[in-house]
Amino acid sequence: MLKILQKIMAVGTVTEAWDAGEAPERFRGRVAPAGGSCAACGACVAACPVGAIEADGDTVTVNQRACIFCGRCVERCERGLLTQTGDYKLAELGGQLLGEAVRAEIARTLGRSLHIRHLDVGSCNACDFELNQLLSPVYDLQQYGVDFVASPRHADLLMVTGVVTRNLTQALLMTYEATPSPRLVMAVGACAASGRTFGADNYAVRGGADALVPVDVYVPGCPPRPQALLYGILLALGRIEQA
Amino acid sequence: MMIKTFVVKAENLRAAANACASRSRHGLLAMFACDERISTGSYAIYCLFDGRKPDGLVTVKGLVPAEGPLEFPSLTPVIPAAAWYEREIFDMFGIKPTDHPELRPLVLHENWPSGLHPLRKDFDPAREVPEADKPFPMLHAHGEGVFEVPVGPIHAGIIEPGHFRFSQAGETILRLDAKLFFTHRGIEKAVEGLTPDEAFPMVERICGVCSVSHALSFSQALEGLTGTSIPERAKWIRVLTAELERLYNHVGDIGNLSAGMGFQVAVSNGARLKESLLRLNEAVTGNRYLRGMVVPGGVAMDVTGKLCREIGAALERFEPDFASLVGLMRENDAFLNRVDTTGIVPFAAARDLGVVGPAARASGVDWDMRRDKPYGGYGELDFAVPVRHSGDVAARLWVRVDEVPQTVRLIRQALERLGAAGPELAAAVPPAPAWGAGAGWSESARGANLHWLMMDDDNRIWRYFVRSASYPNWPALTVAAPGNIIPDFPLINKSFELCYACLDR
Ligand code: SF4
Ligand code: SF4
Repeated sequence: MLKILQKIMAVGTVTEAWDAGEAPERFRGRVAPAGGSCAACGACVAACPVGAIEADGDTVTVNQRACIFCGRCVERCERGLLTQTGDYKLAELGGQLLGEAVRAEIARTLGRSLHIRHLDVGSCNACDFELNQLLSPVYDLQQYGVDFVASPRHADLLMVTGVVTRNLTQALLMTYEATPSPRLVMAVGACAASGRTFGADNYAVRGGADALVPVDVYVPGCPPRPQALLYGILLALGRIEQA
Repeated sequence: MMIKTFVVKAENLRAAANACASRSRHGLLAMFACDERISTGSYAIYCLFDGRKPDGLVTVKGLVPAEGPLEFPSLTPVIPAAAWYEREIFDMFGIKPTDHPELRPLVLHENWPSGLHPLRKDFDPAREVPEADKPFPMLHAHGEGVFEVPVGPIHAGIIEPGHFRFSQAGETILRLDAKLFFTHRGIEKAVEGLTPDEAFPMVERICGVCSVSHALSFSQALEGLTGTSIPERAKWIRVLTAELERLYNHVGDIGNLSAGMGFQVAVSNGARLKESLLRLNEAVTGNRYLRGMVVPGGVAMDVTGKLCREIGAALERFEPDFASLVGLMRENDAFLNRVDTTGIVPFAAARDLGVVGPAARASGVDWDMRRDKPYGGYGELDFAVPVRHSGDVAARLWVRVDEVPQTVRLIRQALERLGAAGPELAAAVPPAPAWGAGAGWSESARGANLHWLMMDDDNRIWRYFVRSASYPNWPALTVAAPGNIIPDFPLINKSFELCYACLDR
């Protein structure tokens, strides 16, 4: 017992402000087209393993929801026109949260106390590991009045990770049904947000979360770092503004 | 890498495989089918065994002619480790292992129509597959007062999906059966027809927390097949990255085990230490799960002198912190009471099921691919392989605890070697020889991940088979659980650290 107390004293408080853990130099965040003249060669489009890049003449756009942040497009653009920024605050609102009135209502009812049910519908486990890290003392999710619960019946928000597999379709639909309204759905990571990580024509995969249930928040990343998840949660609750 | 192949007729497969198994030290390593109708007019059933040479494998290949009958004698009655592989072959190819003691679906669930086999070459991945509602038989125990407890696929915590069926007499578990492969993402089919470069991001995403190990096994299979030798610098950066992966996994798993019994101080400290390691990973590779570093031919990024010093300093801080966390467990009688003699896997069961990694080493199976089938730079490095014999939750825990200082040693040695290595990071990988097959392996935090690759005549993937560490380890859980009480199940389960994403693919 004494040793336990000593350890607690020695470690002290390790909890950080939600976005204090800055992205290191090598972190691969949002891909941004830098200025300059594009040769319209299509190298970036061909390089992208998930079809996240669309080129219209010399204008390149990146679908953040699908991007797995591999950096191949940046590496393979011969003119060096793409850069990978350290930006990870990429969460986007959708569904019910697009309406101002509903958003305000959700902020009012759930803003101070949100219960989350996690649902793995076909993830590689890295997104799930990051959700677990939110409970570590470094992030201490509970300090925001937010916590994970054991049953969908107690949940306000479903955090969905992974591409929806054929074998988990029923679990997703039943869990969604079991969650009382008003309910929110967050698609966590490229898999749930786009469903493209394992190819477009795949007998075992149905697509992203929104192929089956309405999604209210998309959090890009592969996986999204814990700060990106917190950004998504706080944004959905109206506790912070869009970065 | 040397693969010695014996080709036999399907009807002789059992005898040939059994002869190999009795001569090999570790029994059957993997078993899968391949649609080779285009070249030989047959399907092939491959059985992989350990070879005599450290880098060698022995393969028995049974030919099943396409015109039928599509069957072969099941190996399971003589080699229990074959049970799941054969069920998977029946699901994915429709080739029947005759006399299999419990031939029921494994990968494809009740929603999948009978008679469709997705890994056959004539199965078009773009086709619509109608919904089915077949029965999915599960195993039970019978007797007066015996009842069943179904759990999952969705669990109470943040964990991966699996469905467990406990047959109970009161608190005591009599039998455990499971329905798995919920996160089956069809990865082996999805990479077919792609070049290795195109396939690689999916390989890295088979599993998030064994990402490096899968990247390594795939790369080594391809490098062996194409005769590519990787630069010295890449060799040490690979060891460094692979050991960083083991480190954060072991530390997280050690802390997490305490969650199964509500020992919160250990859980929190484990999570805090793991967080510091994940941040180190992000600084070194740009990704907290170390993605983007290992690539076929070498590595994608250098580990600069500055990063080397950062890693060295992080290890200095880590060691005493970790030691005091372990101290809290070692001296806590309530904790020890729960883990000692709980969930035992006897040596013979571990050996017969082909269990790997810490789970095997905790039951006295002294086997580690890094030492016994060395790859990359491991043959040149100095490290010990801790082994325990009690086969219980405690043994699996202490094996991990004892491996941590060895991993720290390996990282330090890799950093040292890096200092003297030239600047080159990756070698070009030439196209693979047409219809060549190769294997690659690496020892992840959960045990050996074995990959097998066959390339077509256009440098595209024809067949890719991934035998993850959790594949042979899962059945060991059904040995460990019976006789224990249900409240100990989470503890037993966690002590294996089975990974469903790896298993399900
Ligand atoms: S970073 Fe990778 S996934 Fe994202 S757009 Fe570029 S190539 Fe595509
Ligand atoms: S988004 Fe990336 S990290 Fe998350 S489940 Fe998919 S592959 Fe894994």
